[in-house]
Amino acid sequence: MGAMHQNWNFIATILSGMVVFVSQIAICAEPSHWSYLPVVRPTVPFVDDGVSVNPIDRFVAKRLEQGYSQLSQDADRATLVRRVTLDLIGLPPTPAEVRSFVEDTSPDAYERLVDRLLGSPHYGEHWARPWLDLCHYADTDGYLTDQTRPVAWRYRAWLVDALNDGMPFDQFTIEQLAGDLLPEATIQQKLATGLLRQTLSNREGGADPVEFRVKQVIDRTSMVGEIWMGLTVGCAQCHDHKYDDISQQEFYELYAFLDAADEINIDAPLPDEREAYEAALPEYHRRRKELLAPLASEIEELQSRWEEKILAARDNPGKDWYWDRQWELLGLVWGGGLGEGQLEGWQIALLDPAKRSQLQKDRLLDYFLPKADTIDAARAKELKLSELNAELQKLHATLPKVTRAPTMMQTQTPRTTFVHLAGDFRDRGDEVSPGTLDVLPEINSTCLDRLALARWLVSEEHPLTARVAVNRMWQQFFGQGIVATVGDFGVRGTRPTDPELLDWLAGEFIRSGWNVKAMQRLIVTSATYRQATLKPLRLSAEQIRDAVLSTSGLWDSRVGGPSVRPPQPASVSQESYGNTWEVSEGGDRYRRGLYTWVQRTSPFAMHITFDAPNPNHICTRRDRSNTPLQALTLLNDPVIHEAAGALAQRVQREVNSDDEQRVTHAFRLCLARDPKPPELVVLCELLQRLRKDSELSKIDAASAPLASNVVGDPTWTILCSVLFNLHEFVTRN
Amino acid sequence: MGMTDLLAFQNRRQFLQHTACGLGGIALSALTRSSMSADRSSPLTPRASHFKPRAKNVIFIFMSGAPSQYDLFLPKPAMHRLHRQPVPESFLHDLDDALIKGSAQVFASPRTFSKHGECGMDFSDYVPHLAKCADELCMVRSMHTDVSNHHPAQLMMNCGVPLFGHPSMGSWVTYGLGSEADDLPGYVVLLSNSGEGVDGGSSLWNNGFLPSEYRGVNFRSTGDPILHLTSPPGVNAHTQRLRLDAIRTLNELRFQDTGNSEIESRIAAYELAYRMQSAAPDLVNLSDETARTRSMYGLDDDKTQSFGANCLLARRMVERGVRFVQLYHSTWDDHSNLNTKLKTNCDMTDLPAAGLIQDLKQRGLLDETLVIWGGEFGRTPMNEVRRGNAFGKEGRDHHPFAFTMLLAGGGIKGGQVVGDTDELGYHPTKDPIHVHDLQATILHCLGMDHEQLTFRHQGRDFRLTDVGGNVVAKLLA
Repeated sequence: MGAMHQNWNFIATILSGMVVFVSQIAICAEPSHWSYLPVVRPTVPFVDDGVSVNPIDRFVAKRLEQGYSQLSQDADRATLVRRVTLDLIGLPPTPAEVRSFVEDTSPDAYERLVDRLLGSPHYGEHWARPWLDLCHYADTDGYLTDQTRPVAWRYRAWLVDALNDGMPFDQFTIEQLAGDLLPEATIQQKLATGLLRQTLSNREGGADPVEFRVKQVIDRTSMVGEIWMGLTVGCAQCHDHKYDDISQQEFYELYAFLDAADEINIDAPLPDEREAYEAALPEYHRRRKELLAPLASEIEELQSRWEEKILAARDNPGKDWYWDRQWELLGLVWGGGLGEGQLEGWQIALLDPAKRSQLQKDRLLDYFLPKADTIDAARAKELKLSELNAELQKLHATLPKVTRAPTMMQTQTPRTTFVHLAGDFRDRGDEVSPGTLDVLPEINSTCLDRLALARWLVSEEHPLTARVAVNRMWQQFFGQGIVATVGDFGVRGTRPTDPELLDWLAGEFIRSGWNVKAMQRLIVTSATYRQATLKPLRLSAEQIRDAVLSTSGLWDSRVGGPSVRPPQPASVSQESYGNTWEVSEGGDRYRRGLYTWVQRTSPFAMHITFDAPNPNHICTRRDRSNTPLQALTLLNDPVIHEAAGALAQRVQREVNSDDEQRVTHAFRLCLARDPKPPELVVLCELLQRLRKDSELSKIDAASAPLASNVVGDPTWTILCSVLFNLHEFVTRN
Repeated sequence: MGMTDLLAFQNRRQFLQHTACGLGGIALSALTRSSMSADRSSPLTPRASHFKPRAKNVIFIFMSGAPSQYDLFLPKPAMHRLHRQPVPESFLHDLDDALIKGSAQVFASPRTFSKHGECGMDFSDYVPHLAKCADELCMVRSMHTDVSNHHPAQLMMNCGVPLFGHPSMGSWVTYGLGSEADDLPGYVVLLSNSGEGVDGGSSLWNNGFLPSEYRGVNFRSTGDPILHLTSPPGVNAHTQRLRLDAIRTLNELRFQDTGNSEIESRIAAYELAYRMQSAAPDLVNLSDETARTRSMYGLDDDKTQSFGANCLLARRMVERGVRFVQLYHSTWDDHSNLNTKLKTNCDMTDLPAAGLIQDLKQRGLLDETLVIWGGEFGRTPMNEVRRGNAFGKEGRDHHPFAFTMLLAGGGIKGGQVVGDTDELGYHPTKDPIHVHDLQATILHCLGMDHEQLTFRHQGRDFRLTDVGGNVVAKLLA
């Protein structure tokens, strides 16, 4: 009996062990990592702490409760208004804005403040910046020659407008990845695809244009993976992903969507250009036709011989060096310095002439004409083609200005996409068609193009897009995402610190109709965000410069337009190949950092010193370092010192009384609060000591930095520069 | 987030202050704090290497644009036999390089070579001064790289990957070892050129995904050696100190109120900035050097002055504990008119580079300083055909398959030639050394295992040598 009992116990032990064992198998065999599972909207927990105001707080409070902790009280109102103003529009509040909020005792004062900020035209400028970090925006090509892209800003302008208009994130996604494929696509929708034009272009002689186009497509594929799905798909370009469920085959299936797209610049007239330009076009085309008509057949004959030669060189490289080079040049130099689609010439040349649009014919002709002597110099001379070319150019110069814009188009010369074995594009593996990752929901479309891809990304079933997007917002406000590795939701990424909060936010984002401003409003009105103890964050490079400019009164607040080149030491632009830095004039010296020209090989020095990212790589999270070079910049940069002079003038102008009042005003302008008594003492003593400095009193207008006309009283300039150098000035509390 | 984690990054005072604000505050700030390491106040504090180092510092003389090995270090008698003849088919069968195609002809070097030092190392008449250092130098003739365009290849040599955005060698080294200079940056870059600017730009000394403290700091030859090192007009040393004292006092008051440890870091950063303001001018003030030293570096000759000053600054920096000094001289990209242009660059650099090695040696610094000389790839044995064949105006194209570099000093066995190539110098025939092998060896000399020097980024560990690299024992003393 005892033995029997023991046997039963034994069996029971084995059985329960097996249950454990089986359940462990179930866990091991679980195919899906957490982020691949559907977003399930969790129930908002009940918390009665007297502090929580919205669902975000209840999730956070619940978690804090487990650690015997709770949300802290709201920050004081002056801290709060500076915090939320810096976080929503990137600029510090003015003393008047601080006062009006501090004195506003109505219960919805904070909400109204938030709504005012969300409606500000400077909101889009601030939120464009992290998005430009993601797509690594720049105003130049990159690589050795790093030529200019004078119309790159058109995409940035689209972005700022889209953010200011509160474009829903699904539409925002679709337009940027496939705006050109929308039915009856507008110029605005095409401009959005400028996102995909932020890849680098190599125009160095000898560079293989095919190789560098492949690099661009890989970069675009990585953007889709990392920006929308938080997946480091780029790891799978050479081999199956070492950690995540992304095979090399799947990478190239994703790549195939983007492989079918070509770069194309379009005429995208600005509002004040449109009328004159469109009115002049018919006459221009008539006169152009007239100029070309007498020699039409002769030119056509020469051009077709030329095309034959370059296409033969393309198909049989290495046979004829001269024509190899002509083909290579067409691919390398097309539109260089203008930021045009680099391979447009190749695409047109490859297209059956009968299928070319009039525009394409004109563009190839314009390229060919000055090179007609390469095919038959005697004939070109006899026909006076260079004179004709000059005439055409003269005619073109009469056309009213139209600003072009970088966009994408579906290719007209479809290519077959292969797996690149070991990442080498010359080593072709299996042929692949567009497709997505097996671990993710299926893509339901009969036409597998970029539009289908974009719609799939923002389908409600997609487990990653909403999570990744709300997590990035969280990082922006709190310094760290709920998933700390914002660019990696794969198995090597960190797990969410609060999975339920993340899923609730993601679900809410979709439910709101992908309403970005509504989500941001929800976050900044939460008690969690308003806590006194929120983690302080050092301002971004652009924010620091913007704060210096706006505080001093130098800031030129115009929104949009081409990039500008504010003053910086000449030696910075000399670091890169053949570049000059023509310092902008007037107000363009004092625009927000967003508008500063980004030269890929030598980015704006002050921005780099304060951790602006390398503009050649996707950046999901900026560093916030604390270095002596930053100290030297804020102490000694003539631009900062000029602003200190302007602030000194402003303070002396606006407050006509004793030192204490003036110091207090300067302090309020810079830090949005009143100085405490010991702080006031330190600053007033500094003034006294500076006044004893005989050297300082000798400074006059002649020593003004950078030939600016802004010279403040030297003593007050130093005092103001001290405020710019405070930790608190460069920090959001 | 456990209490121990909290205590790891918050001192007692901060802890108490936070407690006063309510525990919720602590928990949330912990929940949302960034993943920074506990102590970022001094990322350049010297750190122990993985094993005993042979060298403490590095001076990397990067000859941007790719100097021609055939006209400086690699006599190839067979080429005279084939001069102006097509390259034999046997060399071209596996050629897939974008640049080397068509009807190229062998271009035998017009230079005269002779043997130097006890070891009998070959040098051409263009580099008579480096030749005098033969017994210190290790000449590697079998270097090879993966890419044949300048910028990708420069990134490959400097960052280990032919792509933008990865940390350069100097960043990796200072990340691994810190620096012994407490009043200067740990990684400094100096530029000179033969009149055509610098290729590649700051991407070559970028910190990539490493923290920005590890970025190379470009000491400029004109104006301030470091950006914004000079106080603004009218701000003399006394005023600057008044300013710094006020900033410090106000930051300290703020620290007492908030207990934010970043404020302490900022106070420290301002103090280092202040020290740099006085140390850097002293560093670049060469007036305390003797006439003999000045002449070793060619400071009093217009031709050698700019590169020579950079070489001398490099010595003064390693003396002061700067970990990694990189000199860029450009450009050696002699596609045409090679005889003339190569001579220009040699006349600018040969004497000062040799002077640097000799000066380091006489001061007993060569044993602890690793000196590297070379470019991103080599040049072809054929003449350049793209731009015509005007005799006497020939140039050479890019050649990634075999090129020559020089090493000297800490950990390196001098007076030897490593590696050999076929009779045209086209491919290595003995001891091929990939860029990653060189990088692994450099780190080894500094006491670091290239496979252990890693940084987690985008979900995986990255290293200078990507997924390759073997330490080359033959190079080591």
